[in-house]
Amino acid sequence: MQPFRKIALSLTSAAASLLLGACNWTQSALAPRGSHAEAIDQLTWILFIGGMLIFLLVVAFLTIASLLRRSLKGWMANYNFIIGFGILLPVATLTAILTFSSVVLNTIHSAQPKMRIEVTGEQFWWRVHYLDESGTIKLATANEIRIPVGTPVEFILKTQDVIHSFWVPNFAGKLDMIPGRVTKLTFSATTPGIYRGQCAEYCGAQHALMAFYIVATTSREFEGWFAQQVGNPPEPTTPFLARGQQLFLSFGCGSCHTVRGTLADGRFGPDLTRVGTRLSIGAGTFPVNIGTLAAWTSSAQHLKPGNAMPSFGNLQGEQLRAIAAYMESLK
Amino acid sequence: MTVVYGRDGDRTTKRSNVRFPNTVPRPQGEIERLRVPWAPPRGWRIFSAVNNTYVGLTYIGTALIIFVLAGVLAVIMRTQLAVPENTLVGHSLYNQLFTMHGTMMMFLFAVPIMEAFGVLLLPNILGTRELPFPRLSAYSLWVYAFGGLAFFSTLFFGVAPDGGWFMYTPLTDARFSPGIKSDMWLLGIGFIEIAAIAGAIEIMVGFAKNRAPGMTLDKIPIFAWALLIFALMIVFAFPALILATILLEIERAFGWPFFMAEKGGDPLLWQHLFWFFGHPEVYIIFIPAAGMVSMILPVMAQTRLVGHRLIVLALIAMGIISFGLWVHHMFATGLPPLSLGFFSAASMSVAIASGIQVFAWIATIASGRLRFTTPALFIVAFIAVFTMGGLTGVMLASVPFDLQAHDTYFVVAHFHYVLVGGMVLPLLAAVYYWFPTVSRKPLSERVGKWVFWLFFIGLNVAFFPMHITGLMGMPRRVYTYLEVMQWDLLNVVSTIGAYVMATAIALLIFDIVRTFRFSFENNAGNIWNAGTLEWMRTYNYGTRSIPEVDSRYPLWTQPQLSNEADEGRYYLPGTLTGQREALVTSPIDARPIYVMQVPGPHWGPFLAATATTAFFYLLTLKLILPAFASGIVAIAFILWWLWDLDHGPVREPAHVGGDYVLPVYMSGPVNHSWWGTVSLLLVAGSFVICLVFSYFFLWLVNPAWPPVGVTLPSLAWPGVAAVLYAASSGAVLLASRGLSAQIQRGPWPMRLLLMLASVLFLAAVSVQALAEGQTGLRPTMHSYGAMVYMFVALQYFFAGVLVIMAGFTLARSLAGKLDPVRRVTFDNTMLLWHYATAQGIVVLFILTLFPRALG
Repeated sequence: MQPFRKIALSLTSAAASLLLGACNWTQSALAPRGSHAEAIDQLTWILFIGGMLIFLLVVAFLTIASLLRRSLKGWMANYNFIIGFGILLPVATLTAILTFSSVVLNTIHSAQPKMRIEVTGEQFWWRVHYLDESGTIKLATANEIRIPVGTPVEFILKTQDVIHSFWVPNFAGKLDMIPGRVTKLTFSATTPGIYRGQCAEYCGAQHALMAFYIVATTSREFEGWFAQQVGNPPEPTTPFLARGQQLFLSFGCGSCHTVRGTLADGRFGPDLTRVGTRLSIGAGTFPVNIGTLAAWTSSAQHLKPGNAMPSFGNLQGEQLRAIAAYMESLK
Repeated sequence: MTVVYGRDGDRTTKRSNVRFPNTVPRPQGEIERLRVPWAPPRGWRIFSAVNNTYVGLTYIGTALIIFVLAGVLAVIMRTQLAVPENTLVGHSLYNQLFTMHGTMMMFLFAVPIMEAFGVLLLPNILGTRELPFPRLSAYSLWVYAFGGLAFFSTLFFGVAPDGGWFMYTPLTDARFSPGIKSDMWLLGIGFIEIAAIAGAIEIMVGFAKNRAPGMTLDKIPIFAWALLIFALMIVFAFPALILATILLEIERAFGWPFFMAEKGGDPLLWQHLFWFFGHPEVYIIFIPAAGMVSMILPVMAQTRLVGHRLIVLALIAMGIISFGLWVHHMFATGLPPLSLGFFSAASMSVAIASGIQVFAWIATIASGRLRFTTPALFIVAFIAVFTMGGLTGVMLASVPFDLQAHDTYFVVAHFHYVLVGGMVLPLLAAVYYWFPTVSRKPLSERVGKWVFWLFFIGLNVAFFPMHITGLMGMPRRVYTYLEVMQWDLLNVVSTIGAYVMATAIALLIFDIVRTFRFSFENNAGNIWNAGTLEWMRTYNYGTRSIPEVDSRYPLWTQPQLSNEADEGRYYLPGTLTGQREALVTSPIDARPIYVMQVPGPHWGPFLAATATTAFFYLLTLKLILPAFASGIVAIAFILWWLWDLDHGPVREPAHVGGDYVLPVYMSGPVNHSWWGTVSLLLVAGSFVICLVFSYFFLWLVNPAWPPVGVTLPSLAWPGVAAVLYAASSGAVLLASRGLSAQIQRGPWPMRLLLMLASVLFLAAVSVQALAEGQTGLRPTMHSYGAMVYMFVALQYFFAGVLVIMAGFTLARSLAGKLDPVRRVTFDNTMLLWHYATAQGIVVLFILTLFPRALG
């Protein structure tokens, strides 16, 4: 299997780079970078090639039957032809496909996790909790996940409201998040990089803009990142940033958002303790910088209408800049 | 050589030994007397027509209009998606657009157009004059037309549903979809499904009872078989949808928690109910199209269909197997591996039934000489496109692959290939093929080739790239996508394809409008040299006389058949009663049995349909009193049209042709409306089985059943209720005997027993309701209570229906229209009665004993 898997992967990468071009992150099943996605990629090529051959066979038969002389096509006009190609061929190929699929499904389901991350889908963002073995939350963050390459990670999937679906095509197939149930998905990343995932079950107004990032790093980088994330963020170093922090608290941001080490401890919206380190704001909608942070704060309803963050249009220019600078400094 | 007939249809007939065609000259004035009752209503009164020809054509026209409207919605969507972060259409409208596009195409186009073709063509294909229940067809048409167009208009009022065409909960419950948009779907579509079921019952009974003599099972054309399977599938699949719709609407309106996880419900229950309907739905759509192909292809290749019996078996197998696949829509919901494996295997296995048909069609082409007419082009393209769609379907049946492709544009590509390729292409072939039967001139071959190539190229340009787009990470149902995703090239290509398809359809509409001139007598005729009966010389009453057939392609083996039938040389060349008539034959070997009196034009169906539409839409708008007023008016109109039926034997048995001297009325199990009622009971049974499934499913997802704090009523209550149900049925049985003995005993025993039976039934249901109520159980606290009260509500619904039917039967008795011979009305009521009491008793068993058995 291994040589075939390598061929399949290189075929896919070739196809993917033709289609995708240069980019520093991907969201594609055609660029498998995780344990599940690689197994599925192999299966996909087999299904695709097999399917293409059968399709070409049917088209060839159609051409022969429609265009050629009776003497050349008479062999087709009988029961044996129908039974041979219509029953025996499908039975044989489908049995093979089913068997192979079951083998792949089995390998997908048999990983033993070494890390647990609970992800809760909400309209329209992702609540992320890193858990320890007993289930206590070690780190709370949102819309972005980092994992070490090569470690099987168990994603414990829940939802706060409607059905969502957790899908990072570079790593694995998707799994729905269903009210009243907990679903679990375990896979590992095989290549470092930045990967994007997107909600894959229609969940309402802004389903189209509900995405997240998974960053796969080496173990050492992961440990470093994790240690930095878990602690409290640095205190504001300049008066401007201090003013930003003070405005952040006085305008009530803390009633929905948590910034550890301050009085802001709201749980309704995403944890913003380290929002400055994130790749995106608005659940994968915009990159993070002072401009987008300001825009999001003051005009979230204009940028992603129907999401839970109101537009704080009452913030004046200097106030807005200060708050945005403060958030950007939460690294 | 006479016929002796009994009440239950036992009779002896002698096989006709008079050779057809009959050489006795037809009497003077016979044809004029035949035309009189069949004459269509004049002017604006045409809306009261019930003849399958007018109803069928209007049905097809309405469905094609809805197809165009739904297609326009798709073009708008594609325009929005042509460029990333487009602002042509905001999220709110886009979410309504994709919901409406899917809902209209699946519910208001794909199934109705096949029913419509059935209404128009099935009688002619089977060699009969009419379907068995024409007023029901007319009602079904107008419910569909008014309901469908009203549903489309919700877009213009900003209240179109936006939960997706499969309306997953809890997104569509009252909390996450406040307002009336979801109710528009639930109530607006729900009742149209009732119209679909009505059409299905007609087709089933027509297939069984109204065929040309000699058309044994082996000689029935494939499209008729396809329609039979289509109808049976509707009967068993649609009730699941109707149940799901009712449960969600009750949850939204009254808070009964069927799907709310926090109160013991489960969102997956919706998915199971929906997809148990939803998967057969797509085969309901495909199977008639495959049937059309099997009719058209042999004619285009000028040879018999190779593998006729294999194809029939494949269609039957497909129909049955398709009921076992539904969980493949739920592979990503976290099901156990055993479930995944079973449904994956089943989903793959249905490909064999498709494979048989594809290779049978290729074998047929190989055995003949294909003429590349427009219909033939569509059919050849269909075989290729449908095969491609089927192959991506097998890919999706493989669970690991599906976990990547599910809910992405790959699936959108797959189902458009199988639906547009597998249904629309045959449909377009059928439009070109059968056009000459209803129009003076056929459609233009020259324009037809343009329509074909534009549509075929457009379809591939639009949908092929979506396979790639999906695997590149683009999920479904997104109103926009970010520029950085690099999906823009593929999307703009798809949009161009959509525009090309739209151009093709516009060209087709142009050609239809300029060419179509309605006529039966002077239609373009059998320009394709086809061999089946619908190509005979027909009028709005079918052929002048009903032919006797001896092969699958009667026009090829009996070349003079059309002329001879037109001269009246076969069965029923005139009218026996002065009214509309059709011949009823036996289900297996098509021997003539009796002559049915066919209902003629009436305003009841049209007006009842208007009132029914009003009822459902007023309910959606929460105008309760006007809604119920409309509902009562609708029922009144239905009873008005029914009053006119069940004529009894208006004359003594008469000679219809050959040796057959047949009665003009038959009661008991041979009667066609008995079969119609039994079909309705199949629908009801399917409905209650889905409800029972829901009960057991919710038990499985709840830790305690009943939940803590609920006490069960003592056994005395259900015991009394069961006895009351049984007594009710017993009273109806005695009433039946009373009716038979009416001449000796008078009509009052039957009437009083019927009234007693109604009281007993109502008492039984009320005891059931009281039993639960007095324990303190309420339907809003937990799904257990909701389910229990749902069963009670179902029994109350049946009580209402039975009381109305009992009242109607009593009225007929009082009016002297019910007697020991003329008793079809009573028999249908009795059938429903026994079903309802049996259902009541079985449900009592389950609700009483199951929770106790759990310990």
